[in-house]
Amino acid sequence: MKMAEEKISCLKGVGLTKVFGIGRTKTLAVDHIDFDFRQGEIISIVGESGSGKTTLAKMLLGLINPTEGEVYFLGEKRDISSHKKKMEYWKNIQAIFQDPYSSYNIFQKIDGVLLDCINMRGGKNLPKEEKVKLMTEACSFVNLKFEELTNKYPFELSGGQMQRLMIARIFLLKPKILLADEPTSMIDACSRATILDMLLKLRDETGMTLIFITHDIGLAYYVSNGVYIMEHGKIVEYGTADDIILRPKQAYTKRLISDVPKIHEEWDLSTVEYH
Amino acid sequence: MSKVMLEVNELTTKYITRFKEDVYAVDHVSLKVEEGKSLGIAGESGCGKSTLALSLMGYYFAPLHYTSGEIIVDGKNISGLQPDEIRKNILGTEIAYIPQAAMNALNPTQKIINFIEDVVHAHDPKATKKDIYDLARERFELLGLPADVLQKYSVELSGGMKQRTVIAVSVILSPKVLIADEPSSALDVTSQKMVIKMLLDLMETGLIKSMLFITHELPLLYNVTDDIMVMYAGQIVERGSAQQTVFDPLHPYSKGLMGSIIVPEKGLRNVKLTAIPGTPPNLKKPPEGCRFAARCKYVQPECRVHRIDVQHIEGNREYRCIFSEEQLRKAYENG
Repeated sequence: MKMAEEKISCLKGVGLTKVFGIGRTKTLAVDHIDFDFRQGEIISIVGESGSGKTTLAKMLLGLINPTEGEVYFLGEKRDISSHKKKMEYWKNIQAIFQDPYSSYNIFQKIDGVLLDCINMRGGKNLPKEEKVKLMTEACSFVNLKFEELTNKYPFELSGGQMQRLMIARIFLLKPKILLADEPTSMIDACSRATILDMLLKLRDETGMTLIFITHDIGLAYYVSNGVYIMEHGKIVEYGTADDIILRPKQAYTKRLISDVPKIHEEWDLSTVEYH
Repeated sequence: MSKVMLEVNELTTKYITRFKEDVYAVDHVSLKVEEGKSLGIAGESGCGKSTLALSLMGYYFAPLHYTSGEIIVDGKNISGLQPDEIRKNILGTEIAYIPQAAMNALNPTQKIINFIEDVVHAHDPKATKKDIYDLARERFELLGLPADVLQKYSVELSGGMKQRTVIAVSVILSPKVLIADEPSSALDVTSQKMVIKMLLDLMETGLIKSMLFITHELPLLYNVTDDIMVMYAGQIVERGSAQQTVFDPLHPYSKGLMGSIIVPEKGLRNVKLTAIPGTPPNLKKPPEGCRFAARCKYVQPECRVHRIDVQHIEGNREYRCIFSEEQLRKAYENG
């Protein structure tokens, strides 16, 4: 974390709150959260279902507006009041979602998906060969063959391939921040390693800030420098990955870690409390 | 040697596609589960784990078709029985099955107790409501489920609770074999732990005699089952005790699979995860020789020539590779 102190703030939240519903059905999904993600860091936000981590992700992306609190992007207050400003913001922050099947426009061919990214990065007037070269490069970065993908629709690919195509998009867009919301939870263990390796490689090349939203504390430990633990909309504990996983302080964190099956240490099942 | 509860000999089942092509999703699978033991099946998506589960419980509805082989449950050969016969006489009492989304099996307009009555009446039409209620209550208490769940509708229960309820209901007739197909992968870690504890309790109390546990999550398998079997493209590529398969895998595919394990333990951050390049073969036209050849680091020309047979080695293990144990170990040492 020492290095991180010197880096500039990339995304900062102050008192970020989201309330759903009114009156009796009022739910505090995200409850006055403060954080400061530095440029180039890999952060994980870990929590169980219903802890508010996806709501937080949506607020960071600007998909929903916070009820209270502010987001600061590169030290300045984020302004996404108009569509144009939002588009400008999305050039800097991109996301990979859990379900690759619902992340694509089903009527758009894969060339179109990648071409949009090039256009968005200001490559609209590039000659065609240049564009094809860029797309081929992006596809080979994620071990896909561009020649085989042209004229195909996203649903003709497997889940793992679609998720890799998503990374190819990010490769072209080169955002400052990538938010990965459960990027591997619908993929089996074997392809998971491939996806994670690609994301980490992409980060090393572009120096972007990588934010993982996950329920898998093992994954958080493997990939990230900093880990934030969320419970009921609050951040209960945060620190370096080693501190959180190997020396957890909060009971909730301890429970989360003890609930994951281990292989080198004993997985204690005697403490299970049914509820 | 204790009694064999489930024995499968050279079971082969296939899917017939719309275009009349055969896809052999389970290809000459043999396995044995003894009384009081559990067997885990691991493998990536599409390797035939779930098809094996469906085949074992005789769920032969188009496009799945039975081709050859034997399934023997507690000395009784059930292969080739009609689905109707299986439903009446086998399911529930001999074999029970828990799918991944078991919680969706509950009818939202029925109370849990009515659901249990239906299950019991299907096998024993004479059972009285009181008997069923007493049995259900006793079981639920034993398995750590509150008895008032019986009078509730499924929508009133949480996901983990629903899953545990369905498990409790599916084993109400004390089946000899329980097939659990990813019973906990839709749940968060806390509910997962409860489900696993419950399954282990069931084994311990002898309410189920043996268990087949299917998942792609290896750390889980390692903690739950006695033996682990690794499947690849419809075939078994390795079988051994949980300890052996996880810490000392022999087949190159299992080796790759074990290298992708992520657990929150000290030292994980220094481990480089191995990813197996490529994708599994198309089972419409499986390769002639070893099915893993295209993705294998140690592939030799003779791997691709003819069908690779299973080698049995010391310590009741088997693996499907042309190399000997020493050759493989040496290859892994050299990286």
